[in-house]
Amino acid sequence: MTEKASKKDNVFDTIPKLMLHHARERGNSPANRQKELGIWNSWTWNQVADEVKSLALGLASLGFQRGEKLAVIGNNRPRLYWSMVATQVLGGIPVPLYQDSVAEEMLYVLENADVKYAIVQNQEQTDKLLEIKERLPKLEHICYEEPRGMRNYSKEFIHYYKDIQENGKIFQDDNPDFFLSEIEKSHGNDIAIFLYTSGTTGAPKGVVLTFNNLIISSRNGIKFDSLTSEEEVLAYLPMAWVGDNIFSFGQAYVAGYCVNCPENRETVTTDLKEIGPTYYFAPPAIYENVLTKVMIRMEDAGRLKRIMFKYFMDLAKSVGIRILDGKTVSIKDRLLYKTGNFLVYGPLLNNLGLSRTRLAYTAGEAIGPEIFEFFRSLGINIKQLYGQTEATVFVCAQPDGEVKADTVGKAYPGVELRLSDNNEVFYRGPGVFHSYYKSPEATAETKDSEGWVATGDAGFFDDDGHLKIIDRAKDVGRMKDGTMFAPKYIENKLKFFPYIKEVVAFGNEKIFASALICIDIEAVGNWAEKRNLAYSGYTDLSARKEVYDLVQDCVESVNTDLARDEKLRGSQIRRYLLLHKELDADDGEITRTRKVRRSTISDKYSELIDALDDLQQTHREIESEMTFEDGRVGNVKADLQIRELNLV
Amino acid sequence: MPAQNNYPEIILSVDQINLSFGGVKALEDINFDIRKKEIFAIIGPNGAGKTSMLNVINGFYHPQHGEIRFKGLHRKQMRPHEAAVQGIARTFQNVALFKGMTTLNNIMSGRNLKMKSNIFWQALYYGPARKEEMENREVVEYIIDFLEIQSIRRTPVGKLPYGLQKRVELGRALAMEPDLLLLDEPMAGMNIEEKQDMCRFILDINEQFGTTIVLIEHDMSVVMDLSERMIVLDYGRKIAEGNPDEIRSNQKVIDAYLGVAHSN
Repeated sequence: MTEKASKKDNVFDTIPKLMLHHARERGNSPANRQKELGIWNSWTWNQVADEVKSLALGLASLGFQRGEKLAVIGNNRPRLYWSMVATQVLGGIPVPLYQDSVAEEMLYVLENADVKYAIVQNQEQTDKLLEIKERLPKLEHICYEEPRGMRNYSKEFIHYYKDIQENGKIFQDDNPDFFLSEIEKSHGNDIAIFLYTSGTTGAPKGVVLTFNNLIISSRNGIKFDSLTSEEEVLAYLPMAWVGDNIFSFGQAYVAGYCVNCPENRETVTTDLKEIGPTYYFAPPAIYENVLTKVMIRMEDAGRLKRIMFKYFMDLAKSVGIRILDGKTVSIKDRLLYKTGNFLVYGPLLNNLGLSRTRLAYTAGEAIGPEIFEFFRSLGINIKQLYGQTEATVFVCAQPDGEVKADTVGKAYPGVELRLSDNNEVFYRGPGVFHSYYKSPEATAETKDSEGWVATGDAGFFDDDGHLKIIDRAKDVGRMKDGTMFAPKYIENKLKFFPYIKEVVAFGNEKIFASALICIDIEAVGNWAEKRNLAYSGYTDLSARKEVYDLVQDCVESVNTDLARDEKLRGSQIRRYLLLHKELDADDGEITRTRKVRRSTISDKYSELIDALDDLQQTHREIESEMTFEDGRVGNVKADLQIRELNLV
Repeated sequence: MPAQNNYPEIILSVDQINLSFGGVKALEDINFDIRKKEIFAIIGPNGAGKTSMLNVINGFYHPQHGEIRFKGLHRKQMRPHEAAVQGIARTFQNVALFKGMTTLNNIMSGRNLKMKSNIFWQALYYGPARKEEMENREVVEYIIDFLEIQSIRRTPVGKLPYGLQKRVELGRALAMEPDLLLLDEPMAGMNIEEKQDMCRFILDINEQFGTTIVLIEHDMSVVMDLSERMIVLDYGRKIAEGNPDEIRSNQKVIDAYLGVAHSN
């Protein structure tokens, strides 16, 4: 911890205790809102405490014992968040599940977590559980929140949320002290929640987090970003995801701010506008979507609007970011920016629902620099953070005024970082998870006896002490001269250019780095059309000298970027060629989710890769198989040019 | 919707209906009964007279002979707005919405019959009109929630894809809180997923509100799954009546669908 915990912090060391604290301190302030039947309904902290109380006691009257597990499945809804608190009141452990999972996927988690109770949103989720109930002997009770379509479900183990609460009220009359005495029994070191990692490799693992993990991490975050009880957030990302458990749960219960739940998943954009969150979180894809939509709509706008938009956005790019970072800006520019705010930025942000947004985070993967700059230039303090479920989110984050598009920031308050010899990132801190549930081996593999956790990601620190994540540690190699070679880092940088669709970079154990590049036929096609450049198809277009020149600009700009980093300087791309066909899942070159299959490509195009390595060769003929849309297989022949660059 | 138990079990009976346009006989001696709270289907090949039958029921067409008895009341001639007041709502084969208005306003227009305040108060949006508007809006919001169209609440209907327009049209019919709901090809032109959604809504409406539903539909698998009973029309005549199993094995129906030489 950054500083000694005050006495108060020790007293409020569980989520239920914090809830009672807020009910006393700000009992009439809103704690939750949800849009129902077109109206935002709100619940004050007092009401939330009452709701949680009757639910917890209702569960107790069903026989809920300390240490038992309760699954929570559904969209973000106040009642489901209360279910988690009610479980914690009783000393139980909530296990939120991804609501999109099919029944078979839920089976593993429910079984692994020894789930005995489930509180679900609706009929859809109930049906999933009924489908697998026979194979889950431990699952005893299912409780649903929305009665719609549930009339004919008469089984005795299926309960309606409000009926359980009614039972809770009866239970309260018989056991008036039960609620408070149960809450007092739990402490910071007790287990607060299980969060299952999505498990890209192997079965999902249940990450066990304690109240201290959740609450101390939340508290550090609140201090780091000066959050207050006045924040408004929109809870729209899955409840099973660790981020939601911090931004819409942990931090809300520590700071006492209001969490708003959208009407349903399709209405998030409109709900965002109506709520106007002050603190916002989204993965890069959502920001990218917003930017694309704005750009498309601007293309259809009238001439005057387009000119205004272009002028003021250019201004914002130079001035807005400097203002946001607190740097000096001339009075004239400030005035112009104010005008722009009145005419363009303000209305635009209002339309996006971001006009009140003071702080926004993005994480998960690299965000394109132009997307990042777009939002920052509009005055939204968007920052990157680097986190994991095992760390209760926070490992690194960018402090205010030190924001860069290509780093994930400095070590979070209370977190220590170190790099191993092969540049893998390790961390230690208050958020470090308790264990993987029922898997001591996996726990020991990830977390050592001193509490250091291996992330599996490789990175390095830049001159300002910011961490740059470059690739998965196992994919990072070394070039002949010992320079670190991180293929994905270079490929991502190139893919941020609209003209480039896919890149495969090579450099491991080589003298210089090279790349196979696939152009984006739409973007390059448009570009060619504007220049009256006739072409017959993909193969023809990608062989054009003009297109090679176009891509060369992109590669050179990436090389300039790489040259700025002492550690990556040697991995600049020296030679590249434009592939004569798109990488295609039908040919096994990429996965269905568009991830490049490096080994398949190395085999299939080995002669091209050899030619790239051989400085004597300036072009190479190739004949390769290609699967057409209708499933027929044909051969494509091409003579590919190799372009060599002068390195910076 | 209030349960009304003071009517006989038959909600609508059609007796000896004959309808012709000039020399063309669209419907000939049609008889059938629709029971309260059932889902009843009218099927038949193209041009069999299905839509004409619906139009007769809700008063668009006036049959030359025959009688319709709705909720125990004899009706020989009934105009569409009277049918609406009586509790008959319908959707159309081709969507008939106000394209420039939002989903919300389109469904709200279905509440028109339930609004009592006069145009003066409505224009001022004050006093009784305001209270009434709020009450009706609540009903409409309930329908929006029921049909899961919250995200298009404020979207002009003309901008919506066809499947959603059909859903809005169903919403408008529901807003009338009808006793009898006539659906003219509710699933025409929809993809499988939209069809499944629509089936679920039809079943839910029937179950939750107790609404009697008469539906015309071409997709046989849908009809056989949804409806409890049905009649089959061919060339304006009723050739069969019964539950899905009876219809499936009826030789006349098989002939009508597969095509057999007709002798007049």
